Formats: sequence, structure tokens, C-alpha cells
Amino acid sequence: MAIRGPRRVREALLALLFLGPSAVVLGLFVIYPLGRTVLLGAKRCNAQGENCRTNGLRQYTDVAQSREFRHALWVTIKFALLTVPAGIALGLGLAVLADRHLRGIGFFRAVFSSTVATSVAVASLMWLFLLQPARGILANTGWIQDLMPVVKNPGLLNDSGTALLSVALSSVWANLGFTFIVVTAGLQSIPRELHESAYVDGASPWRRFTNVTVPMLSPTLLFVGIVLTSRAFQAYGEIDLLTEGGPVPQDSTTTLTYLIYGETSIVRNDAGLQSSVAVLLFFVMLVLAAVQLRGLKSRIHYGQ
Amino acid sequence: MATVRLDAVTKVFDGVTAVEDVSLDIADHDFMILLGPSGCGKSTLLRMIAGLEQATSGDIYIGGSHVNDVEPKQRDVAMVFQSYALYPHKTVQANIEFPLKVRKIPKAQRAVEARAVAEALDLTEYLQRKPGQLSGGQRQRVALARAIVRQPAVFCMDEPLSNLDAKLRTETRAELVALHQRLASTFIYVTHDQVEAMTMGVHVAVMSRGHLEQVGTPQEVYARPATVFVAQFIGTPPMNIFPPGMVEPGDTRIGVRPEHITFDDTSTLRAQIGLVEQLGHEALVNCHIGDTRVIVRIPAAGVVHIAGTEVGLRVPEEHRHRFDATTGQRID
Repeated sequence: MAIRGPRRVREALLALLFLGPSAVVLGLFVIYPLGRTVLLGAKRCNAQGENCRTNGLRQYTDVAQSREFRHALWVTIKFALLTVPAGIALGLGLAVLADRHLRGIGFFRAVFSSTVATSVAVASLMWLFLLQPARGILANTGWIQDLMPVVKNPGLLNDSGTALLSVALSSVWANLGFTFIVVTAGLQSIPRELHESAYVDGASPWRRFTNVTVPMLSPTLLFVGIVLTSRAFQAYGEIDLLTEGGPVPQDSTTTLTYLIYGETSIVRNDAGLQSSVAVLLFFVMLVLAAVQLRGLKSRIHYGQ
Repeated sequence: MATVRLDAVTKVFDGVTAVEDVSLDIADHDFMILLGPSGCGKSTLLRMIAGLEQATSGDIYIGGSHVNDVEPKQRDVAMVFQSYALYPHKTVQANIEFPLKVRKIPKAQRAVEARAVAEALDLTEYLQRKPGQLSGGQRQRVALARAIVRQPAVFCMDEPLSNLDAKLRTETRAELVALHQRLASTFIYVTHDQVEAMTMGVHVAVMSRGHLEQVGTPQEVYARPATVFVAQFIGTPPMNIFPPGMVEPGDTRIGVRPEHITFDDTSTLRAQIGLVEQLGHEALVNCHIGDTRVIVRIPAAGVVHIAGTEVGLRVPEEHRHRFDATTGQRID
């Protein structure tokens, strides 16, 4: 007992020493700015950030009820619904296709994962050219035009009916490499005997996919789903580069993040309102992650 | 009818020959053990029978029909894996029912059959659990149940007991023999454990480096090993092999089991006593004749042997096995 007191103190000090560096970094760059944003979100200031007036919680409820916020939230949700399921399905499909021992499969794996190394700016510019009405290959392909609703304005990106879908297309493409790599890693961790056992038992490839591959991949797919959803809710670069939140006046691609930062956003010069939207987005994503984790928990299998 | 016949089967993986020219007849209702050290090709052979690997050349027949190009589904073969390969996300019942579900058997009937098999293997109370909640022995029985429920013509088992502890392994050996008698189907069982081979097998096929060394009953393989490899692989401790000229004149190697050598001071075959291993009911006396190590098995109550002393060894004529000095083949 004589040793225990001082020793506990020593250990506590040592623990603080180890925690210190990351606590400082986290506090300085995450927690402090978050706190300031929450405070700023309750204020209205002029364009120079002066003459601030604190409105308290009411500012948040006002923003949440505004037509602009609700429109942007709905656009964001549509964007996530367009990109996340399609991204998972395509990534899973490609990973399963490439998960076999064939000569030259390494080439396809490299191609399928290559978009990881492509920045949003490069990817968006590439899609801008592809979708550009005068020369873009995709813009002038018949079946793609048939696939999209009637284009009223020239160019898929300039039509309020197709703009969001076109941005989603580029986003799905850009995220495909990430999904492919993570799912490929997940596939390789499935014990080979499980597939072999099902094969000897007479299971068809489709049944092996639904009864072995998908359930064994469920933790991986949950992870990919959460990351892709969070990326969809935070997508900015492709929207800014492809549509700038437009076309106006419908603001068809003004998502919550574009509402916060965007060049043409209605709250462009109001730091208080921008902060309000940012904090609200933070809570939307918090709720979303909690729902995803909790709702899927019972159906996810994490191995023995 | 579920005979299995292998005719000159060879399997080459990327230039490496895993199985070479193996011909083997497995009778209906046989319990055939494929025995050999790791890397000898026994698992590859089993996987070719189950349809998980394609033979590079040679023919495989199950129940008289040529199955080289037949999918596992049509071969009527069940396989039990060393890792059990249970579906961790399915309950025990769903695991057992899976082969029936694949065969589109109605749900009610599936449940009845799964319950019957579970009862026979003492798994009834675990039907709603997931494999992760079971012990190793229980998982192993679930794997067996999943194989049995289909009532296949041939059971392929790849070292199914090697993940169990020693006591459970001994118990399960007896259960598998009883199961074989009850099911009256053909069992093909891969192991590197000669005790499993000797205690369970109706026939044993000993393999080494992709070749079949000998096929016979466990007694035949023990009493008349066809090669030096079989002589030294089967039996604990292994058969002693004397170089040519040491025991008798001539150019053959002489093999003698440790229990057949006796100490006799009048013998001209002199040896130095080394380590003596006391096993309780018996003792193993390690002796050296030059570089040749000889193990003699004696009752524990015998004379106390002291390391370093010189003794004479008697090798009875009727217990000598003669092997060709170069090929290692038995000479009769």
C-alpha cells in the first residue's frame, strides 16, 4: 500500500505525458474550431465579420426551417442516394470480377483502383470535358441521352433535370477505386474453404455470392457505406468544378456543403449563417452514422 | 454403388508435380485413409476426388462413371474440411440445412432432416447457436452433420481431427468408425497421423512425394511395409533400418521393429547404449552402432541399462524385413 499511492500518481503523470501531444493537436485544430463554429453559428455579422449580434439557438432553428437549407438538404440526400448504392454495387462487382487467379489480372486491378490516385480536380475536369456539349463524348452518345430525362438546356450539366445525375456520375467514378481496393482486401480475407465447401455442396456461383461472399463482406460493406455516405454529404470539389451549385434558378446541385462554401451561395458573405449550416450538417451526419451503425449492427457478422 | 477409382492420376501445379501417376481402387463402403507427411499430395488427391481440383492427366471414376469433367454437385461427394468451413453468419441449423437448401428441398423437410442428423450427433440443443458460440469439438460435429445430411455416396475428409485436443481426438476417432459402419458409405480420409490411420482405416494408402508407396490394411502395412519409407513412417518408434552388411552378409538393407530386437551378450552385433526413455509400461533404449541408431523396446521392468555400456543385439531371422539398398523396395 505504501508504494501504491505514489506509483498511481507517477502512472497518471506518465499517461498525461503520452496523451499530451495528441490532446494539444486535437484541441487546437478540431475541438477549438468546432466550439468557435458553434458560437459563430448563433451570430449575425456584417460582411467584414464585425458588429455581431447573438441570436442564440433561434438562429439555428431559423436556418433549419429556411427554404434554402431544406432544399440543400434534399439535394444532398438525393446525391447520396445516387452515389452510395451505385458506388458500392459497382465496386463490389468489379472486385468480385477481379478476385480470381487469371493471367494479367494485376493489370485490371491496377486500372480498377487507379481512381484513388486521381484528385477530385482532375477527375472533375475530365468529366467536364466528357459531358461538355460541343465535344464531350458522353454528351453526344445517343443511349446516354436516352437514359437521361429530356435535356432542355444544352449540356447535361446545364440542365436542371440531369445536372445532379451527371455530377453523381463523376463522383461514383472517382470513388470507385477506393471501394474496389477495400472490397478486394475484404474478399481476400474470406477463408477459401467456405467457398469450396459451398461449391462441393453444389451451390451455384450466385448462391455462393449471396450466402458466402456478401455476409462475410458485411463489415467491409458497412465501412465502405459509411465512408461513401460521409463523402457524399461532404462532396464539394466536383460540384464546384462541374456546376457551381447550378443550374440556376433551380440550384439543382446546391448541396449543404455548397451552401456553406459555394461561390454563388446565397449565404456567401455571412459567416454566421455559414457556420449555422455547417453545425447543422455536422448533426445530420452524426445522426446518420449512428443510424447506420446501430441499424446494421444486428445484420453484420464480424467473424468468430 | 460408390466405388472410387483413380487411374494414373497426375496433378501438376505451375510446373510442380503434386501427385504423380497414382492408381487406386477404393471399394464401396471402404474406409480408405490417405496417409503421408505434409506435402506428399494426399490432400490434392482428395480434392481431385471431390472436384475441387482438376487432374492434369489420368482418370477419376466415382460409382463407375468418369467424373474428370463433372462438377462437384453431380459427383455426390461431401467434404469435411480441417478448418470445418462452417458459415459463421448462419446458425447451426442453417449450416446443416445448407446442402439441402442448395438442392431445393422444401423447408419443412429440410428442418426434419437437419434435426434428425443433429440428434444423432448430439447437437440438438445447439441448433439455434452460431458456430462462434461452439467449442472445437461441437463445430467439428456440425461440419460432420452438414456432410451427413445429404447422404452422399462418398465422404471426403481432410484432416478433420487435427484441430481437436488429444482426448477429444481419441473419442472422435471411435465415433467416426461407428459412423462409417452406420452410414455404410465410402469414406476417404486424409491424415498425417499414423495412429488415426491404424485405428480407423479399413485400408491405408501411404503416400510420399506425390507417389503411392503402398496400399493395404493397417495390419499389412505394419507387418509387411513395401518400402523403407513405409517402414519408417508407420510405427512409433519407427522401424530400425540397418545398412547392408551390418546384420547379415549381402547388399540389402535390413529393417527390424524395435519390439523385435533383444539384448543378448553372446551376439556379435555390438552396440553402445545411449539415451533410455522410460514410458512407464515400457522403455525405449537408444543404441548406437557407429553412426547407425537402433531403438530397442523392452518392458519397463527389465534390466536397468546404463548409458555408455556396450551390449550385444539379437535380430531374429523371422523378423527381418529386407529392402533393396538403392530403390528401397521390399525384397521377399
